[in-house]
Amino acid sequence: MKVVLSGNEAIARGFYEAGGEFASAYPGTPSTEILENIGQYREIQAQWAPNEKVALEVTAGAGLGGMRSLAAMKHVGLNVAADPFFSLSYQGVNAGVIIVSADDPSMHSSQNEQDNRWFARAAKVPMLEPSDSTEARDFVKAALEISEQYDAPVLLRTTTRINHSKCVVELRDRVSVERKSYTKNMPKNVLLPGNARKRHVVVEEHLRQLIEFGNSSRLNQIEWGDKTIGIITSGIAYQYAKEVFPNASILKLGMTNPLPKQLIQNFARQVEKIYLIEELDPFLEEQIAAMGISVEGKNRLPVIGELSPSIIADAFVPTNTSAQTSVIADVPIPARTPVLCPGCSHRGIFYALKKLKLTVTGDIGCYTLAAIPPLEMMDTCLCMGASVGYAHGMQKATGDERKGKIIGVIGDSTFLHSGITGLIDLVYNDSTAKICILDNHITAMTGHQENPGSGLNLRREPATKIDLEAICHAAGIKRVVKVDPYKLDETIKTLRAEMAVEEPAVIIADAPCIIRARIKFSEPYYADADTCIACGMCHRVGCPAIEKNEAGKTKINPLLCIGCDICRQVCKPGAIRRRTSDVKSET
Amino acid sequence: MNHPHYKSSEQSTINILLAGVGGQGVLLASDILIEVALQADLDTKKSEIHGMAQRGGSVVSQVRYGRKIYSPLIPEGETDILLTFEKLEALRYLDALRPNGVVIFNTEQITPLTVFSTNVAYPQDIEGLCRRKTDYVFPVDGTVQAESLGNLKVVNSIMLGVLSQFIEFDSDVWKRIIATRVPQKTVALNSQAFDIGRKLIAAESKAHSENYSE
Repeated sequence: MKVVLSGNEAIARGFYEAGGEFASAYPGTPSTEILENIGQYREIQAQWAPNEKVALEVTAGAGLGGMRSLAAMKHVGLNVAADPFFSLSYQGVNAGVIIVSADDPSMHSSQNEQDNRWFARAAKVPMLEPSDSTEARDFVKAALEISEQYDAPVLLRTTTRINHSKCVVELRDRVSVERKSYTKNMPKNVLLPGNARKRHVVVEEHLRQLIEFGNSSRLNQIEWGDKTIGIITSGIAYQYAKEVFPNASILKLGMTNPLPKQLIQNFARQVEKIYLIEELDPFLEEQIAAMGISVEGKNRLPVIGELSPSIIADAFVPTNTSAQTSVIADVPIPARTPVLCPGCSHRGIFYALKKLKLTVTGDIGCYTLAAIPPLEMMDTCLCMGASVGYAHGMQKATGDERKGKIIGVIGDSTFLHSGITGLIDLVYNDSTAKICILDNHITAMTGHQENPGSGLNLRREPATKIDLEAICHAAGIKRVVKVDPYKLDETIKTLRAEMAVEEPAVIIADAPCIIRARIKFSEPYYADADTCIACGMCHRVGCPAIEKNEAGKTKINPLLCIGCDICRQVCKPGAIRRRTSDVKSET
Repeated sequence: MNHPHYKSSEQSTINILLAGVGGQGVLLASDILIEVALQADLDTKKSEIHGMAQRGGSVVSQVRYGRKIYSPLIPEGETDILLTFEKLEALRYLDALRPNGVVIFNTEQITPLTVFSTNVAYPQDIEGLCRRKTDYVFPVDGTVQAESLGNLKVVNSIMLGVLSQFIEFDSDVWKRIIATRVPQKTVALNSQAFDIGRKLIAAESKAHSENYSE
């Protein structure tokens, strides 16, 4: 049967078809839907992990236990999982183990655009790069076979345009793979230095064998055409290259670590010149240049951002006229950036932080949107969990100057991912920094995935709910208070009191994600035009439901407003009102 | 009818760019479109960005179909049809359009927050600005029609009904695929919405031919 699948759906399908039995992941765009889709196959045990390091360790353990296993993560997730990743290379596997890295060139939803192909080379791990959904499906199976044959974890490296593009895929049936038995093997599985030294020798030998494998594997293919131009490419760049050079000879590399040197030499000898078309870093180019082959590549193509057919045409086809001048260059077009949803609980906290003029070390989640106007209440955002360490470090460095003025803000899922260790450090090293956990009971930004604090597992079955308050207490925090971020005065009062104490404190803003919990507080509010003095206070909370009429007075969009009450609380003249028919008990 | 009609047998690849505001159903509409193309046994690909954009940001999905598709991205300036669920978004992606391609936009205005926090105003006369690029501009009041059907969510079936007048696939196929992608109890309503969309463009293009004859 032919269906259209995204790359992520295809990876899930491939894992199912190849007899996969265990998968784990932490959500992260553009990788999230891999595990979500795997979760739909009842034959596979699929589970969210609190972070990528744990996801990979659990996956490696399941592989050792005999199940074909897969861990999925976004590119920066592999940084978190780098420790097990590098050493698993030495340990090898029992049943096949795949690590999927979903890179995000152009940073559509990421803090950097690192090229994770380097990870495969640095960890000496075989790497496959599919160029569409059908290959994503097929390469999962190939990766499991390579993993088992060469006793190595395999990196399946994808990019946003693979993960989130849909293509036609012909479905196949699931094959049944016999579960491997576990046998204790201390010299292989206990990486004491004496054992690890021997394992490194094995890794190098396997890499040599994999080069040979790559020279003849169907994963690497030559499409012969016009031999005046030979293109070497991989991944999504192959599709763009085909679009621009439909008649050229192409060496398409499906396995990009280790490189099939002989195949590349053979190809290079038979074409007049070589265009090396790869996205981001000159990963292939530097290795191929080191083989003494001269190529045209990054001297023409950018190392920054995604490629596209147009970028490739502009770089290699001098007569290309794809670039057109805009017919509306004279018309300013207002940006439509993502915003916190109408009624979002994060809005109240950041409004309160702004009132107190605090320095906010931020973190990764929907709430990072509070960094942009009009809230502008975030000083830093680096990586998952960094808000806690940043608050502590800055407090140490600035001392009395910013005493009681620094707070780290972190979501529930991010806190469980990598905020806890930071909190322990903060207590252990005698900090007075404060931490605010925005507990909306879900991993919201990536599309509402359950987490250990939400009380449900991946399949939305009941799971043990991790108690954030108890974790903070156990980490040595004596002052843990909860606030309702929809009550601005109380939130400001509590924050002010906690900021003043001479010890660390955690403030938990406890309010579910309104989208996830489908919350509608009341009928839409309205602004009374006669009372509104157009002071603009309500616009400072940055709610998409708050608009202006022609006279500059506030108008509330009834389709968007869910009655969260925050704008009413900041409206000094009292122009913003709840419909009288809807008044319950005033708080 | 006074508008282009695109057939994949006459042109190797048809490129359609769908855009709108997060939450309007743009991605579902593009999912339905590629399923319809697949039913016609065509190769098809689409590409889009999820994640941060889903919260009230600009959402764009690029759909291509034909005999054989390589790039999931539409090459710059080669979009045949630009279909937007909000009118400002038509302007945002106008440069992606081929000269004299088709622009279809829903006349709903969703004002971005940046209009209130910066001095960039919401542009006036979007239809006129689109006409700088092409004669084939089709504003449709999809949201108004959806409101009259009592369910704003059917706006994407209405917009697909409009789109269906410009491309080669049968209404039956469209309706069959739509029925598999919307909640069971709204199947009939979405089918009705699709028909309304089809009628909108029949009426629109008639009105346009009258305008041209004046």
